[in-house]
Amino acid sequence: MSLHIKHLTKLYGQQAALNDISFSLEAGEIVGFLGPNGAGKSSTMKIATCYIPPTTGQVLVNGLDVTERPLDVKRVTGYLPEHNPLYLDLYVHEYLRFIGGLYGLRGRQLSQRVGEMIERCGLAPEQNKRLESLSKGYRQRVGLAQALIHDPEVLILDEPTSGLDPNQLVEIRKLIREISVNKTVIFSTHIMQEVQALCSRVVVINKGEIVADDSLENLLQRQGAATSVVVEFEGDVNADQLNTLPGVEAVHTLDRGKFKVIAKAGHDLRGELFRFAADQKLSLIGLRQEEHSLENIFRELTEVTSPAQ
Amino acid sequence: MLQVFSKEFSSFLNSLIAYVVIGVFLTAMGLLMWVFPDTSVLEYGYADMDTLFTLSPYVFIFLVPAITMRSFAEEKRGGTLELLFTKPLSDWDIILGKFFASFILVLFAVLPTLIYYYSIYTLGNPAGNLDTPGIIGSYIGLAMLAAAFSAVGILASSVAPNQIVAFVAAAFLSFFLFSGFDAVSSLSLWSGNALSIKQLGMLFHYESMSRGLIDSRDLLYFGSVIFLILATTKLILSSRQW
Repeated sequence: MSLHIKHLTKLYGQQAALNDISFSLEAGEIVGFLGPNGAGKSSTMKIATCYIPPTTGQVLVNGLDVTERPLDVKRVTGYLPEHNPLYLDLYVHEYLRFIGGLYGLRGRQLSQRVGEMIERCGLAPEQNKRLESLSKGYRQRVGLAQALIHDPEVLILDEPTSGLDPNQLVEIRKLIREISVNKTVIFSTHIMQEVQALCSRVVVINKGEIVADDSLENLLQRQGAATSVVVEFEGDVNADQLNTLPGVEAVHTLDRGKFKVIAKAGHDLRGELFRFAADQKLSLIGLRQEEHSLENIFRELTEVTSPAQ
Repeated sequence: MLQVFSKEFSSFLNSLIAYVVIGVFLTAMGLLMWVFPDTSVLEYGYADMDTLFTLSPYVFIFLVPAITMRSFAEEKRGGTLELLFTKPLSDWDIILGKFFASFILVLFAVLPTLIYYYSIYTLGNPAGNLDTPGIIGSYIGLAMLAAAFSAVGILASSVAPNQIVAFVAAAFLSFFLFSGFDAVSSLSLWSGNALSIKQLGMLFHYESMSRGLIDSRDLLYFGSVIFLILATTKLILSSRQW
């Protein structure tokens, strides 16, 4: 197992930031770590990167215990901290050479790796500037570059896309997808689309406890993940007529002629509704599929004040 | 450790810190040694560099904290301490890297004063009529002071919540370690142990070295003080793991 978290508890004074959480990542997995602010995502990551110690429990990275062999753990981990702290007075090259040097890279190998990182992270146009003159998007790329420079097996990214504009978001996500090949990646976020875009598995944490740990598909199949269609007909339609259609779970009337039809899990009602309109000789003026996406599931999982016992 | 040292030192050179420190120190010393009649060697008429060595410690007391105040305080504020702590670096690597960067910078500031030695050597009657061993001893003493004050500055920076507090704490502590013990020893409380109290302070050992005879006790004193202060810093850094 690349990352194994066993019964991890972290207390800040009396407050339990993490309460007996356990989950693990196999080599090569990309996992989204989802949770509201204050749930314990950053605490988990700080413990996994040996920044703070656990109160009880164990974290193993590539089989190495974070409290027993921190230096070895740090050598195989690449970490992008939450606020992407950088030495702003250094130049891009200088900074990457410094970080590379810390990982034991020297001479030609160091220069080569720095060059590669600048290429891969798209820093070429900005490579001669000081870090303080870079925009947030480019700073985030530098943060990723320093996390990757020693080609770590495990990548821990804490909110890698926070504060980026829509264009930068797309770029960074693309970058994360590219660099994640052959690495174990865990990244935290509270943007659902990101999780859907980047990973196959999701761990959801709330108030220091794991509330879900499943593949994306399974999670979407859960209660609340049923798809719904908003359909609008010109003319009068009775809700009961729609209820009789196969695959329909429920019908809500939104307006005269406008309905929200909830489908049974896995059914796509759009074809059915189109045929219904044709059979009834009605004009179909609106047909829109809504996915009760990860957002709803997230809200459901994290709104519960105490998880199911 | 070398990477940390090199980065810290480059940061000094990239910012104004290095130039201001070196400039202020050399300007102040130059003026005091050669220009102002009260302290000038030329007025005094004797071929020695005492002015430099008696006044430098006091200049160090406020210059060295100015260099070291940002060493940990700035990293704490900027969050880069988290970055350093998650890299495969030991706490000693970080501490020693910063310590040596500060120490070497102060040495760079002192180095140009060797010209004063040459000047006084040449101006002497006959040429070379100055206490060379004493001066060598004094330079070594000055280097020890630079190291000790750097260590104090680093400790202060690791404890203080911001740079200003770090500066003030370092300056005060440096002053106390240097001349505080001497002053305290003059109180009548100690009844005969006054010498022992004096020997706890740096001034005693600094003056002892400036006589030109390098006593191993003096070197041991400075070595222990520097080690103790840096070890305390290590303790402070380690406390995050408790």
